[in-house]
Amino acid sequence: MRRVLLRLVLACALPAVLVTVWWVASAGSTDVYWPPLRTILTAFPDVWTADRLRGDVLPSVWRLAAGYALAAVAGVALGTLIGSHRRVRAVCEPVLEFLRAIPPPVLVPVIMLFAGIGDTMKVAVIASGCVWPVLLNTVEGVRAVDPVMAETARSYGISGAARLRSLVLPSAGPQIFAGLRQALSIGIILMVISEMFAASNGLGFTIVQFQRGFAIPDMWTGILLLGTLGVVLSLVFRLVERRVLGWYHGLRASARRSP
Amino acid sequence: MRGTNAALGVAGLAGFLALAEAVPRLGLVDDDYLPPAGRIAVALGDEAADPAFWTALGDTLTGWALGLALASGAGIVLGVVLSVVPYLRQATASTVEFLRPIPSVALIPLAVLLYGSELRSVLLLVVYASFWQVLIQVLYGVQDVDPVAEETARSYGLGPWARIRYVLWPTALPYVMTGVRLAAAVALILAVTAELVIGAPGLGQRIGVAQTSQAVPEMYALIVVTGLLGLVINVGARAVERRALAWHQSVRGEVTV
Repeated sequence: MRRVLLRLVLACALPAVLVTVWWVASAGSTDVYWPPLRTILTAFPDVWTADRLRGDVLPSVWRLAAGYALAAVAGVALGTLIGSHRRVRAVCEPVLEFLRAIPPPVLVPVIMLFAGIGDTMKVAVIASGCVWPVLLNTVEGVRAVDPVMAETARSYGISGAARLRSLVLPSAGPQIFAGLRQALSIGIILMVISEMFAASNGLGFTIVQFQRGFAIPDMWTGILLLGTLGVVLSLVFRLVERRVLGWYHGLRASARRSP
Repeated sequence: MRGTNAALGVAGLAGFLALAEAVPRLGLVDDDYLPPAGRIAVALGDEAADPAFWTALGDTLTGWALGLALASGAGIVLGVVLSVVPYLRQATASTVEFLRPIPSVALIPLAVLLYGSELRSVLLLVVYASFWQVLIQVLYGVQDVDPVAEETARSYGLGPWARIRYVLWPTALPYVMTGVRLAAAVALILAVTAELVIGAPGLGQRIGVAQTSQAVPEMYALIVVTGLLGLVINVGARAVERRALAWHQSVRGEVTV
């Protein structure tokens, strides 16, 4: 009981101190760029009304989800294909390494040429940026399937979809999730960037609009909201990961206990 | 074995280039949108002859290198301090977990207001994004210290500094290198993004200018340059990692295979 209490105190103490320091330090601030925290927090409910949440936040999140899902499916499918054939991998590797090395935001102008400035463009930008970490991690994961298990599966005559489902994907799972995690942060970046370029709604668009209109407290509320969104998405991701890879974490923990 | 792989890789590259040449030529894609690879190569040559291009490349690299150095230094020092001082790690864990997923692009409006389109706004974004990569890896690395080695060092009377130097640092180094490698890639992404969106001088800004002036082949050429830059950074970071960890099992193991 005391240990739980101690951990709770340790977890809450620093954030509380930081927020208090921000609150106190900015309380009398007359600097336009650093408004008092109180002003920001009181502005928050006025700025992010239900209407705006529906009109700006929802479309952003929807585009992110669509692009991310597209990238995940394409990345895992292509990665499994490339990873399980040695020759295909050798042919594709240099090209993939190059494509991955391109900083994803520079794809925004390119995709704008093809897809205009609508929702399609944003979904395509997010998907094309997120796909590389997923794809390359899947390739690595599929490649590293335990040879003993692969041989065992072969001698039991497990092949095709069954082999994919019960051997390849589970053993590549931890790697795939590492890729998906990287892709998530890239996806959020691209969601914001694509909206800063050309949009009529969305979180990125609204925040830049506030900044250009010198509505500084409103801009700060936008930054806070974007930060919160990032934190919430990473929490959701962790929950999903813990669920899907529960067996793996359990395995690791027990391996660590009995060296 | 290596030879055939390399040959297949070259074949793959050649095929990719041929595809990039053929698709627009055959009219499968409008060549206003995707110029043939040959025309992009010509534009790349023009860029290379333009001194302004090299200045832009230098600006991008400056932002990248400075940002990465600042983030790595801060990440390593803070990571070690957080894990050496008792209770500090637990006390900061929730804050780190909260701050880390905040997307660095959320800071773009703030950077614009504070610093305009200067190098400093690029640095703000680059440092924020890459700092967490290093810090998290350092924290993981320090956790990995072998308790027996730590106890041995203690019983031989090694002071805190010597323990950091001879026990903690070698254990954490592989993680640190991984963190710096990841941070190097992230730093490039953010440097180019900041230039593209904020208009700070650099390759990203040139891409933006090429886009608004409809200079499509130039735009593609510049994108290829950023890709090559990313590739060089990835390969370079891996080489540095291998060099710094030449003594480590993970690298020594690789050589014998």
